[in-house]
Amino acid sequence: MARNRSVSAVLGSSVPRPRPQPFPSRSRSALRRRVVVAGLVVLALFLITISFREPTSGPLHGVQSAGATVLRPFEVAAERVARPFRDVYGYFAGLIHVKQENEKLKAEVNKLRQQALLGESARAQNTEFRKQLKFVDSPLFPSDYSAVNTRIIGWRNEFDERVVIAAGRNAGIHQETPVVTSDGLVGSVTQVSPTAALVTLLTDESSAVQARDQDTSASGVVRHGEGEGSLIVDRVTKDKLVKEGDVIVTAGTRSKQYPSLFPANIPIGYVISVGQSDTAPFKQIQIQPFVDFSSLDAVTALTTKKQNPKAP
Amino acid sequence: MAADIAKAGALLFFAVVLQLSIMAQVTILGGHPNLLLVALVCVALLRGAVFGAVAGFSAGLLADTGVFGTLGFIALLLTLAGYWTGRYGETTGRDRAHAPLLSVAVITLLYQVAALVLRYMLGQNAPGGAIFAGLVPTMLLNLILTFPVYALARRLLRPREWAPREVRLLG
Repeated sequence: MARNRSVSAVLGSSVPRPRPQPFPSRSRSALRRRVVVAGLVVLALFLITISFREPTSGPLHGVQSAGATVLRPFEVAAERVARPFRDVYGYFAGLIHVKQENEKLKAEVNKLRQQALLGESARAQNTEFRKQLKFVDSPLFPSDYSAVNTRIIGWRNEFDERVVIAAGRNAGIHQETPVVTSDGLVGSVTQVSPTAALVTLLTDESSAVQARDQDTSASGVVRHGEGEGSLIVDRVTKDKLVKEGDVIVTAGTRSKQYPSLFPANIPIGYVISVGQSDTAPFKQIQIQPFVDFSSLDAVTALTTKKQNPKAP
Repeated sequence: MAADIAKAGALLFFAVVLQLSIMAQVTILGGHPNLLLVALVCVALLRGAVFGAVAGFSAGLLADTGVFGTLGFIALLLTLAGYWTGRYGETTGRDRAHAPLLSVAVITLLYQVAALVLRYMLGQNAPGGAIFAGLVPTMLLNLILTFPVYALARRLLRPREWAPREVRLLG
């Protein structure tokens, strides 16, 4: 029996066929698509170039500040909604280490009580001597600074160690304003809009702080170490004494060439390892920061009306 | 079309806000979920290359503004992500159930690598080791986000009836 293999017999005449589209319209659509994407890519590259080369006071950064101001209420609202959930997570995550941490903290409290007694008596003596000497000083931390307590509302991506805080120029914050928590130094403001500011953390590659060992007065520069979030004290010469457990604080301005942005005596961290080699000119000192940068929540920006001294 | 723009705009705006204020600080096993990228991929899959590219550029610019970043940086990456995902949606990916998951996985990988290269070219901090170590967890987190985000995007932007392919019979 012969089989009918014709297409019309298989499909039947009632099946509607798609109307063929003319090729010119398809090529026009492809052209339009390519023009749009190429235009956007060129525009993005143009913006990157301008943004990268322009100083922070330039017009493009002004537009960016205005945009950040508009976004800010939404970020604050989202952050507030998420807070209870994050707190619950933090509570349960914290329970895992609570017993071990409790014992450690008890020992630390005993040690600190003794230190506080000694420190209080030394502070009273120091104040008295300063009075007697009529000592003229740069702004002192914390007495000469006002605290602007604020919340972190935005985090940059995993490449950067920077955060956005919910207070800006209107609250007296300006570029280079130091930012701290009750634990210690966090970083400094690197960009500011009227209602928000960008804080570059101490753990960022671009951060460097003049610091000293509180116990031995050995001075150096605290900066980003090799591992993620690690800090080192660089440029401490081998003749200086630094021991494990020593507390590292900000040094304040000590060099005319490199004035420090930070007031003296803000705690940074404690020394966890000290090493030196024959070939390296400086000691290799690693420190553990007092601030837990992975769980920053609220911070304090330190503003002062007293002018930082500038070397002539 | 105007309704589509409004709905996609609202979805991406909230994705930017949530990404900047909440998601950016979430770290699980070294991975960082990227809600904005996932939302963009879903929108581009449903609305095509041109829509995806424009949406990516706009959302990226907004994200650049919110984090005081280099203006145009995220915009460039998301433009390309939106365009490629849109093309995939218009051609091979149409009617395929796995298209959103496949797109998110591939685009996450390309986005991370492209961001690393771009940052390196701009002389910024580009920790390759940390990024590659967190690549798989990031991809998994983004895949988890894909289910609710794609469902929401599909509800807001109903899938288009793509034009039938033109088939020319030989002979």
